[in-house]
Amino acid sequence: MSDNDRDLEGTPEERSAPHRVIGTPPPARGLLTEPGPGESSGGGQRGTEPYGPGEAEAPELHEMPSDPPDPKAARNWERVAAALFLISLLASVGFVAAYVSLEIGNNNGDVVVATLRSNLALGSAMSLAMLAIGVGMVIWVRYIMPPVELTEERHPMASSPEDRAAFAETIIEGAETSQITKRPLLRRTLIAATVPVALAPLVILRDMGPLPGTSLRNTVWKKGMRLLVYGSNQPITPADFNSPGGMITVVPDGYQDNDQELAKATAIIIRMEPGQLQAPTNLNWTVDNIVAYSKICTHVGCPAALYEQTTHRILCPCHQSTFDATRGATVMFGPAPRPLPQLPITTDAQGYLVAQSDFHEPVGPSFWERG
Amino acid sequence: MTSNNGRLTIPKPLAKQGGELDDRLHAAKSVRTLLRKVFPDHWTFLLGEIALYSFIILILTGIFLTLFFSPSMTQVVYHGSYTKLNGVRMSEAYASTLNISFDVRGGLLMRQIHHWAADLFLAAILCHLLRIFFTGAYRKPRETNWIIGIVMFTLGILEGFLGYSMPDDLLSGTGVRIAEGTLLGIPVVGTYLSFFLFGGQFPGTEFVARFYIIHVLLVPGLLLALVSAHLFLMVHQKHTQMPGKGHTDANVVGQPMYPYFMVKTGAFFFFVFGVLALLSTFAQINPIWQVGPYTPVAISAGSQPDFYMGFLEGSLRMFPSWTWDIGGHTIAWNVFVPALVVPGLIFTALGLWPFLERWATGDNAYHHVNDRPRNAPTRTGIGMAGVTIYGVLWLEGANDLIAMHLQIPLYLTTEIARWAVFIGPVIAFWATRRICLGLQRRDASMLTHGVETGIIVQQPNGGFVELERPLTDVEVAEIAARPPAPLAITRTVDENGVPEPAMRGVRGKVQAKAHEIFAESISLVPPADGHGNGHGNGHAAAEGEGEPAAVGGGPVQPAEGEEGRTGQGDE
Repeated sequence: MSDNDRDLEGTPEERSAPHRVIGTPPPARGLLTEPGPGESSGGGQRGTEPYGPGEAEAPELHEMPSDPPDPKAARNWERVAAALFLISLLASVGFVAAYVSLEIGNNNGDVVVATLRSNLALGSAMSLAMLAIGVGMVIWVRYIMPPVELTEERHPMASSPEDRAAFAETIIEGAETSQITKRPLLRRTLIAATVPVALAPLVILRDMGPLPGTSLRNTVWKKGMRLLVYGSNQPITPADFNSPGGMITVVPDGYQDNDQELAKATAIIIRMEPGQLQAPTNLNWTVDNIVAYSKICTHVGCPAALYEQTTHRILCPCHQSTFDATRGATVMFGPAPRPLPQLPITTDAQGYLVAQSDFHEPVGPSFWERG
Repeated sequence: MTSNNGRLTIPKPLAKQGGELDDRLHAAKSVRTLLRKVFPDHWTFLLGEIALYSFIILILTGIFLTLFFSPSMTQVVYHGSYTKLNGVRMSEAYASTLNISFDVRGGLLMRQIHHWAADLFLAAILCHLLRIFFTGAYRKPRETNWIIGIVMFTLGILEGFLGYSMPDDLLSGTGVRIAEGTLLGIPVVGTYLSFFLFGGQFPGTEFVARFYIIHVLLVPGLLLALVSAHLFLMVHQKHTQMPGKGHTDANVVGQPMYPYFMVKTGAFFFFVFGVLALLSTFAQINPIWQVGPYTPVAISAGSQPDFYMGFLEGSLRMFPSWTWDIGGHTIAWNVFVPALVVPGLIFTALGLWPFLERWATGDNAYHHVNDRPRNAPTRTGIGMAGVTIYGVLWLEGANDLIAMHLQIPLYLTTEIARWAVFIGPVIAFWATRRICLGLQRRDASMLTHGVETGIIVQQPNGGFVELERPLTDVEVAEIAARPPAPLAITRTVDENGVPEPAMRGVRGKVQAKAHEIFAESISLVPPADGHGNGHGNGHAAAEGEGEPAAVGGGPVQPAEGEEGRTGQGDE
């Protein structure tokens, strides 16, 4: 491919400058008078034909005037813009002053008040500094610069057929010179060698985490483990929890600071009126009309934290899955597919609520191996 | 500059240092071309600029935040300035976010600007995308830039989610928990993906650090590369322009880059920054100290994600609880369909749209003048149908708040959304299309009769008439500038009514029907008697007769070397 091939496109003027930086448009002049090279792409140069009435003639290219048409008005606007720039300057000074003078932290009374005071001062100063520059610049470009409208011609996107042919030839020539098309042994072994390289991430990322195993099937609850009230971390007896209709969040004793276990094991206990609990609730897993369910929603794992006493509904605030607390937490509404698993509870020798065992099914969201 | 024989005087430094530079870079000619590059003007062209400047402000404020944020899930007991959380167990990430807010001067301002900028970034992208769509600015030759834009939109959503997850507060942690539940719901590999991402069971001790490096390095790097490509293509292909006097597909009318566009866009940067600073001063966002550190045990009611996650949240909320247990495995349709398949379909459809439309219209021509949305009724209708689907999902994402504030039963909002997501788009499509055709009729009427002035005069016979004035040149240019009808419509049948070869068979017939639907519009060209347009049902004429001249914006001349196009739409 010779230099001449590269220079086929463009006007004679442009041909004299063959080193045009790739990616920058050539000076748009007269290109559209040449035959549309887009024909080879089948697209055609629809764009070269103006449509709509009265548009056949594009406006001429103007020289940009060096002064605005109304110098007096421009002078007034100049003062306004200058005032705005000065305001911005003062606001920036104010920002620094506020930064230095307004201390934050808890040595200055209420920490939130101090922070918000500082935020108000710094933010106001910054807003003013920015907006004043913006408004001033708009005044500058709109009212001080003379109004100008230029028309630039578009040149066809598609290259000339000669350029395309030369490009295609270059590709083929290069491929043939490199021998890659002629030597299948070389080619195929190279492809075979790059496949493992591309798949390497699958191998090397393996240690980002352990394999799931059966870890999602179990929680730390086991026979005799006390239910601690979340927050106070105290065990609770049925007598302590004597208000029917109440709901308490409980965590397994010894794991109250273990987020990973709490993400599965957290449960709620609800006290019902006698006779309210019905199948499919397992009554053998309840104590004194107190029933325990997993708090982890079976949809995507948010804590099902809202309880409506009058209707005995447990509601997950994330996606509004609703469970009937009197009927084994069966799903009443929403995207959750399964009831909240029931935790078998009883009391220990001291009368505190304890688990009889772990949950009898995996808690929380569905996963492939859940089965 | 003083003028010297018509030439401008060149100051010494420009001649000398500039010359030194050009000696090495050979840049005088190309940079001059760039400086004189013409940028067309329209207020909607600013939407992309808002996104660009939000991105720059995100980088600037983000760098500040990295100086103080500690991306660690190591558990600490807080004894900092915010005494209400004194003695509370929390991650270092949350504690350092408290420190940024309460112990670093300007820290809260930077945090809030960063968060507002993220919301503005995605809102601007969304509006920019809608502008591009409804004006047809993605058409040939700009399909590549459309796809880059869609990819950036997706990355922006991911980036925003990662960012607001990092403080590890109760609200964001709940979002991460939902993401984990969603991962678990992916068939076959979901559990493994979740364990690898979180380094074991949720929440583990890894995810903040991992989100952090993806948030500050990987995604911003990708975005930066794509933004550069986006801008390069925009400059290289030249910006589209709105219809107007003197605007053709063969030119760009506007103001030169230097000095006009530079000053305008520079001003706009300061505006965006100023407005974000204003918001961050007076509109509190994400006060993480109020909700406390994350714990899987608790949650606050009314938990809402940032607005750009709302459509995913709504999708999860409204989808039925379908789950299969087969052969020892659980397929959680109720999770991975709404959270992954639905957004996947939405973004795939968006990405493919330019090509679907080209197939449907058979229009393979270059377009540099944008459409007014009314002049493409079918596209605009489909766009509004899409907006309706997105809007229903988005509103359902806040259905608890809607139910509370509007006193509607909670479950009813979900039931309505489940129906509305299917019925809404149909109504939106039909109504939008009718509105577009009605607006076209009004345009045709204005071309024929002029504009009503609002001045009523009494005639000698006692009657009243309203004065009308003819349209100005500028108005005529805006209204009448309409691309010729998509060409394929003229060539679905030959002169004997026999379908063209490409229009035969099931696929051909579908395509011919698509051509017909997409080409429907009201003729703007007044017939010889000056009447008959803008009255009655021009739409029926277009459909009934299938007469090319009645369909497009002007008489169609198949002799323009365009016969070959008919078949090219279905490449």
